Amino acid sequence: MAAPAIRAQGLSKWFGEGDARTYAVRDVTLETCFDEIVYIVGPSGSGKTTLLSMISGILRPDRGTVTVKGIDIWSLAKDHIADFRLNTVGFVFQDYHLFPRLNTAENVAIPLILQRRPWSEAIAEALRLLEVVGLGGRADLTPAKLSGGEQQRVAIARAIVSAPDILIFDEPTASLDGETGRRIMEFVKQNILNEHRCILVVTHDARIFEYADRVLKMEDGRITGVVSGGQAA
Amino acid sequence: MKGILKLAYRLLVNDTAKFAALLVGITFAVFLMIQMTSMFAGILSKASATIINVGAKVWVMDPAVNTPANSIPMPDYVLDAVRSISGVKYAVPLYSGVGLVRLRSGTYQAVTVLGLDDTSLFGRPELIEGNVEDIYAENGFIVVKDEEFAKLENPKLGTDFEINDNRAVVVGVARVSSSGLFGMPTLYTTFNRAIQYIPSMRYTVSYILVEPKDDAAVPFIKQEVSRLGYDALTAKEFSARTTAFYMYQTGLGINILLMTATSFLVGLSISGQTFYTFVMENLDKFGALKAIGAKGRVLVGMILFQATFSALAGYGLGVGLCALLIAIAKFRLPDYAALITFPNIGLAFVMVLLIAAVSSYTAVRKVLRIEPFDVFRT
Repeated sequence: MAAPAIRAQGLSKWFGEGDARTYAVRDVTLETCFDEIVYIVGPSGSGKTTLLSMISGILRPDRGTVTVKGIDIWSLAKDHIADFRLNTVGFVFQDYHLFPRLNTAENVAIPLILQRRPWSEAIAEALRLLEVVGLGGRADLTPAKLSGGEQQRVAIARAIVSAPDILIFDEPTASLDGETGRRIMEFVKQNILNEHRCILVVTHDARIFEYADRVLKMEDGRITGVVSGGQAA
Repeated sequence: MKGILKLAYRLLVNDTAKFAALLVGITFAVFLMIQMTSMFAGILSKASATIINVGAKVWVMDPAVNTPANSIPMPDYVLDAVRSISGVKYAVPLYSGVGLVRLRSGTYQAVTVLGLDDTSLFGRPELIEGNVEDIYAENGFIVVKDEEFAKLENPKLGTDFEINDNRAVVVGVARVSSSGLFGMPTLYTTFNRAIQYIPSMRYTVSYILVEPKDDAAVPFIKQEVSRLGYDALTAKEFSARTTAFYMYQTGLGINILLMTATSFLVGLSISGQTFYTFVMENLDKFGALKAIGAKGRVLVGMILFQATFSALAGYGLGVGLCALLIAIAKFRLPDYAALITFPNIGLAFVMVLLIAAVSSYTAVRKVLRIEPFDVFRT
């Protein structure tokens, strides 16, 4: 197994106080490595997305630490956490969140533009990434003119365009048919995962479990089991 | 930052329907605001036409005079007293009144008659036909060729008509920089002929035009004239008094102000609503940008840029449209009183920036409040 990428220790997140306190995530400890795809699975409300948000620098935990490449991210100032997300994490959202008025290349280039890279340079890099995800000829189209699978690949291209160390997938196949979902995850495993990258996936979709290196099962805010992808499938 | 602004620009203009609605709203508001204030400026300019055209540095008048058109005659001794004030280089009388002209066609036309000092002809207009000395000829009048000229049936040198049953002959055609407000042609003659032709009260001097020895003498002249019970105003002060009269004592200013405020509110409501909808439709995308790593100030910068860009584009279109329509109106209606001035467009600029600020305020609040975590909630 490669070097640790993420180390989360004693992570808890709760809402409400006193008797009304409800734990979304309770005392979770986990470690992931580069060149690894880790799935977090479980029923709705089990705390998968909350855990993912805390690991990726989006939601501040009420207790515990998250260390990414040796840096305790929640000890950073707010602006530096935003920089951490921009430079270290790539997101593929369930609804993709592509800008409908921008074309495919412009959507993909957004992280680079936020990094203050020149427009032409960002678009050139986006075009290269669109080639990588097999959408080289679709750069000028708006998201509405693409199929669900193509939009998913645009979202993946956007997530990896800034060469992040960690990729976060939130229900990546929820809007796709089974075949397309499997093709997407096959593509991710073959082309996106590498020795400098760790991928975390939150999903309900058992059809894609086979692409995971590990599957963490969550229930009531706790990790209740860890199995290999093959076993889970 | 350039790339981020370009991104904001693309997001804005690619939403063609909303961008068009924003532009239409702001353009319309700017057009109305400038149109209203330009009309007011035009009216004020025309109201001060006599002050501008005569060009005297200091005007002495009865304190009850509000505008050049409403003179109150002063006794002759005031002229002598003003001439005696230290600091006065010279002082001459000016007659200003209204006569009734009977044209050769038999129709009647009211005219403004200005009677210039017989000796100096101080305040005379620039002649484009005839010789100024001919004003001393029998029944000699100079007619001003302005927008009202045609109302005298386009007279030429030698054309004669009657003024208050007295024969008058056109001996010169002049041009002036500003025509009057009330749509009446203007005739110049000598002071003595004017009071001979126009029925007058006991006193005949409408204004005393004063040339001070230097600018430093003006305060003293004003003080001495005040002791006589009259007002001495510089040309600028007289224009300001005229402006104040139309603004505060005629209802014109309030009406224009109300219309301008209404235009502002119309523009604000259209653009504010449209811009708010635009941001609300993209709110989840802004949330996604935040999750990706965009800082709050970057998103605020994008929204402010979009609002400012829309406002300035609408402002430019509004100014252009207003200038075009005023030019067309003046071409068709020479009397049309509208004047675009720098204060007009400056005021509209400030108001359009206010529209942009208010429109973006709620949008900025929304975007700053959205939590990146929200993008995971579908």
